[in-house]
Amino acid sequence: MSSDAGSAQRGAVAIRTERLCKDYVLGAGGYGYDSLRERLTQLATAPARALSSRREQRPGGEQEQLLHALVDLSVTINEGEVVGIIGSNGAGKSTLLKVLSRITEPTSGWAEIAGRVGSLLEVGTGFHPELTGRENIFLNGAILGMRQAEIRRQFDQIVAFADIERFLETPVKRYSSGMYVRLAFSVAAHLQTEVLIVDEVLAVGDAAFQRKCLGRMDEVAREGRTVLFVSHNMAIIQSLCRRGIFLQSGRLVADGPVNEVVGKYLQSLEQTMAVDLLDRTDRRGWHRIKVSGLEIAGEDGAALASGRPARFTVRLTGLQPGTRCMLTVLNNLGQPVCEFASGTTSPEDVTVPAVVSEAAPTQFICEIEELPLVPGRYRVDVLVRGTHHTEDAIASAAMFDVAHGVLAGRPVAGHGSGDVAVPHRWIVPVS
Amino acid sequence: MVGRVTAHPIIRLEPSRGWVALRLDDVWHYRELLWFLALRDIKVRYKQTVLGASWALLQPVLTTVVFTVVFGRLARIPSDGVPYAVFALAALVPWTFFATAVSTTSISLVGNTNLISKVYFPRLCVPIAAVVACVVDLLIACGVLFVAMGIYGVGGGLRMPLVIPFVALAVATALGVGLWLSAIAARYRDVRHAVPFLVQFWLFATPVAYPSSLLSDRWQSLYALNPMVGVVEGFRWSLLGSDVAIGRTALTSTASALVILVTGAFYFRRMERSFADVI
Repeated sequence: MSSDAGSAQRGAVAIRTERLCKDYVLGAGGYGYDSLRERLTQLATAPARALSSRREQRPGGEQEQLLHALVDLSVTINEGEVVGIIGSNGAGKSTLLKVLSRITEPTSGWAEIAGRVGSLLEVGTGFHPELTGRENIFLNGAILGMRQAEIRRQFDQIVAFADIERFLETPVKRYSSGMYVRLAFSVAAHLQTEVLIVDEVLAVGDAAFQRKCLGRMDEVAREGRTVLFVSHNMAIIQSLCRRGIFLQSGRLVADGPVNEVVGKYLQSLEQTMAVDLLDRTDRRGWHRIKVSGLEIAGEDGAALASGRPARFTVRLTGLQPGTRCMLTVLNNLGQPVCEFASGTTSPEDVTVPAVVSEAAPTQFICEIEELPLVPGRYRVDVLVRGTHHTEDAIASAAMFDVAHGVLAGRPVAGHGSGDVAVPHRWIVPVS
Repeated sequence: MVGRVTAHPIIRLEPSRGWVALRLDDVWHYRELLWFLALRDIKVRYKQTVLGASWALLQPVLTTVVFTVVFGRLARIPSDGVPYAVFALAALVPWTFFATAVSTTSISLVGNTNLISKVYFPRLCVPIAAVVACVVDLLIACGVLFVAMGIYGVGGGLRMPLVIPFVALAVATALGVGLWLSAIAARYRDVRHAVPFLVQFWLFATPVAYPSSLLSDRWQSLYALNPMVGVVEGFRWSLLGSDVAIGRTALTSTASALVILVTGAFYFRRMERSFADVI
């Protein structure tokens, strides 16, 4: 599509949803792995049940537990709009994308989409490890709905964008993960569909390639195509999208200019963090050990400041041999800044005997002598791993503000670029 | 301007209920994908194997050797006047196809979970592609059968081209059964364990090791409800030139295969809407 045609079409509706709902049935009686036997008994007793009870009721009075992944969602998106979909884990972002890309049907309500939809919900979907890069380009293109002629026409561009010319005839199982991602994104980015749906794919790949992807998405948008984009990285959302849609528990919370919507999202994150960590439900892992608290404090309970000591305390409900903690510090826009992992050891580490009691819970303490962060607001993701499994992981478990301070004798400015302050020294000529 | 209808076709997404149309035009639209999926299955099947595609030949040939020794020599089962080895091979070629196709098709949806939960395309493409991939093996095995016929100097009459409709019948049967099983398997993993038994029982219900003339006339019509009876008898009739009257068996088997295929396709489409959620 030429850009002229694109701008001429602007204002026409590309996607419209009306009271869109999607429920998932939880529990053994629903869409889980139920056994054939159960189903057969159900079939056999169906006539009797039809006489005696309503259809919704299950044998044995077992209640269906429904997860409302999307609730009464009505939005209209015009052609050529680039919309960022924002929300915490489990807010319904991915479900919305799945319904719109026809992978799953809505439970009620409807959606209308003008034109073809290309979706990239996961990088490398449909890649087969045994096939070569060339074969996978054609296979993946076909899976994403491209015609063979179309793929052939764009083949060189796809290969050039992914930068894998030399490895075209190599099975992708021998590719590095970076090459794999580049190739997968490249195929999807060259889809000539009117609507492009992209789910958090830029979280992978190196910074240079991320920039390249963003550039490509921008191009796609400028061609007048509609883009729906999900990311936890607010900086990417803000740079790419003009409109934001904020979902929470499957409902539309905010819809409007991207900066406003991102603001509302960040506000809601603060409210979430006010909830006791043990009461948080947006966590994953085996949960044999849970994070019960995360405390971030400066020296003697003082506020955090650049260049001053900081102390991260992770409280756990239990301990297993081999338990490790990982803290990821993200800036206010959701971009990772640095990470502290107890899994990598240093001679300076200290071990203490574990005590598990109400009064003194098990805790991992991470001490930083001179906090190398510029003034601003940060959040922390916490993850606890046992020997083999992730036990507990909570995104945005806590938030902290860093005040102005001094690092290596130099005041740290909060308005420059980047989030990290590095102690340094200049050698300056004077006349 | 806002709300103006665009030049692009509008897709409406809403919940569907009960039985739905097959939408074979959709499948046709995605025929390239279908072909790619089949090609992928073929390419991958024999990667990192020493013998490669010769497995397609070895399976029916080795089974024939076993059958010839056990049923032909030891049990002395009659073989309608042709050497037992050719008699068995003519049945084992379509049977091996059927057994492989049913096994692979029944787990095809489960094996493509990552596709089904991440991309839209007509789901019918998956089982169809799985069957198509097996057809290639069938064609290779047919070549072996022709060679064996040459060696033993049997068959090769004018009826030879008439084997084609029976190949089609075998494909239709395998696809029909595969559609049923794959749709059930998306939800009930029991299928994975049941299929080997099903295939084994089915083998005994099909005149592979023995001629169907062993059964009395009374039972022939009932017997022919198993579409593989028609396929196997059809192969022997067209290729080996056996004198068995094929008409009634062929018609019954074809009708039965069509019923399985059509009901299978509709059942598949009915279950399709929940695939991405349950798989």
